Amino acid sequence: MHPAYSVIFFTTSSGAGYGLLFLLAILGALGLLPAERWFGLAGFAIALGLISGGLLSSTFHLGHPERSWRAFSQWRSSWLSREGVLAVFTYVPSGLLAIGWVYFETTSSLWNLMAWLTALSSVATVYSTAMIYASLKTIPQWHNGLVPPVFLILALATGAVLLNFLMLAFGIWQAWAAVIAIAALLAALALKLRYWAFLNTRSREYTVESATGLKQFGKVRHLDPPHTAPNYLNKEMGYAIARRHSERLRRYVLTLCFIAPALLLALNLVLPGMFGLFPAGAAVIASATGVVIERWLLFADAEHVVNLYYGREAI
Amino acid sequence: MTTLPSATGKKLGLVIDLDICVGCHACAVSCKEWNTGGYSAPLSDIDAYGSDPHGTWLNRIHGFEAGDGTGGRTVHFPRSCLHCEEPDCVTVCPTGASYKRSEDGIVLVNPDTCIGCKLCSWACPYGAREYDQSHGVMKKCTLCVDRIYNDNLPEADRVPACVKACPTGARHFGDLGDPDSDVSKVVQEREGYDLLPELGYRPVNKYLPPRMREVDRSHAKPAGERPAQIDAVHAPTAVEKFFGWADRVLSD
Repeated sequence: MHPAYSVIFFTTSSGAGYGLLFLLAILGALGLLPAERWFGLAGFAIALGLISGGLLSSTFHLGHPERSWRAFSQWRSSWLSREGVLAVFTYVPSGLLAIGWVYFETTSSLWNLMAWLTALSSVATVYSTAMIYASLKTIPQWHNGLVPPVFLILALATGAVLLNFLMLAFGIWQAWAAVIAIAALLAALALKLRYWAFLNTRSREYTVESATGLKQFGKVRHLDPPHTAPNYLNKEMGYAIARRHSERLRRYVLTLCFIAPALLLALNLVLPGMFGLFPAGAAVIASATGVVIERWLLFADAEHVVNLYYGREAI
Repeated sequence: MTTLPSATGKKLGLVIDLDICVGCHACAVSCKEWNTGGYSAPLSDIDAYGSDPHGTWLNRIHGFEAGDGTGGRTVHFPRSCLHCEEPDCVTVCPTGASYKRSEDGIVLVNPDTCIGCKLCSWACPYGAREYDQSHGVMKKCTLCVDRIYNDNLPEADRVPACVKACPTGARHFGDLGDPDSDVSKVVQEREGYDLLPELGYRPVNKYLPPRMREVDRSHAKPAGERPAQIDAVHAPTAVEKFFGWADRVLSD
């Protein structure tokens, strides 16, 4: 699948934003984070900024962005529509929670309810984003049970790395911030390794014989394409550039997205205080770069069954 | 509304006979000609006369080879929207622009409400939907909805443009929901089939397989029972050996 840069930015940026928002809400509701004005302002500005930037960028690849309001109407059947509805809904409790935190400096009573609602709708939104891809039967690399958990845990991990940095910057760091982030990164690493193992071992169940129905005559080969230059289908679904470098890109993801941030955060545990900002900041940069490559690879590894009509023997 | 109708009154669709399609592309050209002025207008082309011509077509004709040796054959394979009974392209649409008509089962895109997110083309295993780069919306086969009900056309012309254009009669149009229709009968007779049935989209359009030839049946027999002329192909005559030798000498 062709990796649309706006969609990669959208899923990674809003993922990290929802991850941070989820952690702020849960930890705030539990009283583990101080309901303090400037920390709250920075936290919500970053979380909602990442989310809004991502959502905005997702409209850039549309043919008619001015009509995007129509996408809220088909939540009964469409995961893309559900994602839009949930994303907009999340602004309500999270906006109220932010007001309580920043203006009134409290996360109790009504604000507490808003915090739990924010956490819940953040999870639901990221899950819907993942289901846009996981619900496509045409792409076996996406249509499986591992894609939604990978999206969820990566959102949490990138959000936790951000929270760790923020807590250090505001001098309210506690060891559990790094521990949560390291745990989330390791869980994401385990899921991602399982996902790659699944890609390596899955049987190629869709064949050109089934796509053409010509099995009775023997092996089927594509002889003549219908057109002399690549068409929309070839450009959108036939993207194979990064797939050739899949192994190398997986190593980059392993290093940048998981191992480097986990090691840098471990350094935080022995080096707290203002000097800890350097490893914590480096962890933010590494995980952000890593998750972008991870998302790019997720698109590049995905093979659409329509390629059976364009020369692929099995997918 | 992108939720699907529980049942459609008719199941209008095409039956494509792979036995007699000669791969002339007349159906694709006729489709393009009609639809660039009809419901789907415009069907844009980009760099049409340049080095990288591409554009929106609703019907594509592939060439496949099936089988090996004397039993092998070339199959011309037209590919367009199959107007599925379980079309994921419709249910994934976030705006309701993509829909399946309850009266006749035709799957259409409303070009006035499509936002051009392309998700429907991702959801289609058959590559039936092509994004129109200059119009910014998705295009697909309409089963010539603006021909088949068009009272301004003579009755004989009220069929999809591809069916009307086919010089060999390889394309049939009708109601596949009616077991007594001509199309249903020919599907029954010739064992018409679905493409990628395991995906569960339940296509309405059916494909008729190439007929088995005499040589296919003999190919299946042990070598000793083959007709003599088939083996003769593998044993060149003296004249053929001479021209083969001359070809090699001249090629050096």
